[in-house]
Amino acid sequence: MELVVNQTHYRLLVDGDRRLLWVLRDELELTGTKYGCGEGQCGACTVLIDGAAVRSCLTPVSKIAGKEITTIEGLAQNGKLHPLQQAFIEADAMQCGYCTPGMILSAAGLLKKTPHPTEPEIRRALEGNICRCGTYPRIVRAVQMATANSGAAHA
Amino acid sequence: MPDIEQERYELFEAPAYQFEPGNFDFERRDFFKLVGGGLVLLLALDRPAGAQESGRPAAFRGDARPPELAAWMHIAEDGKITVYTGKVEVGQNIRTSLAQAVAEELRSPVAAIHLVMADTDLTPYDMGTFGSRTTPLMAPQMKKVGAAAREALIDLAAAKWKVDRSSISIANGAAKNKTTGESAGFGELTHGQKLLKTVDGAAVTPPSEWTIEGTSAAKVNAVDIVTGAHRYTPDIIRPDMVPGRILRPPAFNAKLESFDVEEAAKIPGIAIVREGDFAGVAAADEIVLNKAIAAIKTTWNIGPQPSSKELFAYLKAHPAEQRTRGDFGGSNSPVHGDIEQGLHSAAHTLDATYTVAYIAHVPLEPRSAVAEWNGDKLTVWTGTQRPFGVQAELAAAFKIPDDHVRVIVPDTGSAYGGKHTGEAAIEAARLAKTAKRPVKLIWTREEEFTWAYFRPAGVIDIRSGVASDGQITAWEFHNYNSGPSAIDTPYDIANRTTQFHPTESPLRQGSYRGLAATANHFARESHMDDLAAAIGMDPLEFRLKNLKNDRLRAVLQAAAEKFGWGNVKNERNRGSGLACGVEKGGYVATCATISIVPAEYQGAEVTPAPPKVRIDRVVTAFECGAIVNPEHLKNQIEGAVMMGIGGALFEAIAFDKGRVLNARLSQYRVPRFSDVPVVETVLVDRKDLPSAGAGETPIVGLAPAVGNAIFHATGTRLRSLPMVPRGFIQPS
Repeated sequence: MELVVNQTHYRLLVDGDRRLLWVLRDELELTGTKYGCGEGQCGACTVLIDGAAVRSCLTPVSKIAGKEITTIEGLAQNGKLHPLQQAFIEADAMQCGYCTPGMILSAAGLLKKTPHPTEPEIRRALEGNICRCGTYPRIVRAVQMATANSGAAHA
Repeated sequence: MPDIEQERYELFEAPAYQFEPGNFDFERRDFFKLVGGGLVLLLALDRPAGAQESGRPAAFRGDARPPELAAWMHIAEDGKITVYTGKVEVGQNIRTSLAQAVAEELRSPVAAIHLVMADTDLTPYDMGTFGSRTTPLMAPQMKKVGAAAREALIDLAAAKWKVDRSSISIANGAAKNKTTGESAGFGELTHGQKLLKTVDGAAVTPPSEWTIEGTSAAKVNAVDIVTGAHRYTPDIIRPDMVPGRILRPPAFNAKLESFDVEEAAKIPGIAIVREGDFAGVAAADEIVLNKAIAAIKTTWNIGPQPSSKELFAYLKAHPAEQRTRGDFGGSNSPVHGDIEQGLHSAAHTLDATYTVAYIAHVPLEPRSAVAEWNGDKLTVWTGTQRPFGVQAELAAAFKIPDDHVRVIVPDTGSAYGGKHTGEAAIEAARLAKTAKRPVKLIWTREEEFTWAYFRPAGVIDIRSGVASDGQITAWEFHNYNSGPSAIDTPYDIANRTTQFHPTESPLRQGSYRGLAATANHFARESHMDDLAAAIGMDPLEFRLKNLKNDRLRAVLQAAAEKFGWGNVKNERNRGSGLACGVEKGGYVATCATISIVPAEYQGAEVTPAPPKVRIDRVVTAFECGAIVNPEHLKNQIEGAVMMGIGGALFEAIAFDKGRVLNARLSQYRVPRFSDVPVVETVLVDRKDLPSAGAGETPIVGLAPAVGNAIFHATGTRLRSLPMVPRGFIQPS
């Protein structure tokens, strides 16, 4: 089957039942997408599929052949960080950082749909993402900063 | 140095360290073989101050490092500055704060300092990263070695320009000849050198003169994190590596009775391992792994085990008095004064019992390891807080010498006290031995919830008395099982005793952020509010009346001021509470406002859920001596508040018949964005005091402050953590 990940086309011989998370990590060595729970509850595995935030741990690869997949590795363009990545650094919106790729991609999915979200909209969109270190207030601030920097169109 | 009470539940679990005696033969060439030329500085261990922190208890064999070495540093001929520490980065931002400490002494930018952390082949021995000890105990050692390096560079520069040392200044990562204005980078000074100096410390820069410490340096590896480039243990890839999975028993303490692999063996390309009660599989991918695990037929012998419903009665009925508080790093306080006399003279007496449930750490990176054998030498990448402890566990498990085991800890996806042990490392190594290839083992979330260890559950009984003027006349405090940290009251009470009673634990238990300090503060500070209420005194005034400790008074007053405690108006279903305490050299006060709000609509056919407790606002004042990095300190305090909300309101492990009943994130609720209150912090900076750690203590005030706020909003005192696992239910 063919997967399009970060604008690169891959031809893979894999069982279509395999979950996108493990194909990304084990076959394509794109390890920025994290395993956290395997049941779509923590958001660490979030990727963009055709611009929408999706839990890759629940997504069989057979369902997404040919669709545009963006992982955290594909967010920066031409060596320039995405405004969300920049804002997460500036707001110090991470501690251990394990949730950060999923947080950033969930936020990117939100900004695709809603370029200027309100604070409640940000919280609602990220409710399915867990930061056990508890940097939630900073993550909200980072998304607001990225919005202010009008990075919404970037992803 | 702050008096830090050590917590060591985990040492009952892991095998004791066994270092065989041997002669250490240190030769300077070993170091340079490792690092090339330049300047190497070794810091001799400052005993007894560093004795618990660094340095092997005895010499150990075949290693390139002296046995009693606290820290070491290399300045390469290209100017690269590398500092080696056995500490582990788990999100507490010590990679940044320790780099700041060295940068301060070397008068260099933080970005110029590279830290090699937690690699048993490369870094000095370290007992582990826990107990908030990195900042008070490791940072000063880093600063000493940095200061010694600075002095050595001054010597080199003075020799180079043939001037007196007093003519040399070090700034911005370079040496300067003050007379001629010439300057030279550190690399230039060390070029062509193979200089090794053993130092026992040099005068370090005091906080009042800090220019790099004390500032909010940015997280040093943030770009790697936001781009997904940082490789956590589960992201390590080795040639020919295959994933592994463990065949778990259906219950705790189960014994494997039969093991039938007839069907599973037909699956091509898998390795099946069984040794005793250990069973697992390595295979090409996760689909094959699942098939193989499902195809193995096992029967297990499961004995009777207590359930969470009977937990607290069980704890009180099963003392483990052969262990004493001393085993946990403290000692039981004697009875001061006369408790009975104090109770007798009280205007009001109070007798209350508090409980805390087992809770899980839920690190987002589950326990995992990559293991690779090369002959009888083993390399393991794993997320642990005790790399050298795991090295010893592996050596013991495979009966090989310690120096045949290398443990490397990539900066880890959090731990919170939950990663002291090396189960995943041992399991991966066992699978790799049979598979004859590197094996990666990532625990599933259910395994993480079940087969890790838990924060101890506990029961706390308090008997007290208070005079009508607010003076506490008696205080008797008994903690069963949850632990002795911060058990002693900071209040000034003449007639008092505090006792810790170890008990048998139905579940495997170990360290946790703040550990028993949360339980002890919850009980003590809830009880304090009840005493204040009994005599009709304001909770803040009541605490201040009984409190002499100036540092604690200062944070209490700072939090109350920021919060506007004097203007607080409690009303039905909306109230505010406060709490304060001391732990691990840090002083914290927390104020919180809560509201009782209707649960979200769940559909017409569902019985309406009880109302919930919403935390509206939390103000935390914290003092931990001289502040090293204000922004990162705030981040830690905010994180502790958020994590504390879970244990305060709804987190609890439910178990029965040796099984965890809520081993999934869909069943075990952790704080999410919808739980976030307005979080404010007040940092009290004491440049005149040594820095203490900050990763744990800010968590301890949250639960009691929230419990007190619930009391002021409803008149109901909740004495069990979590307080509202199923919503706010008015006791009938």
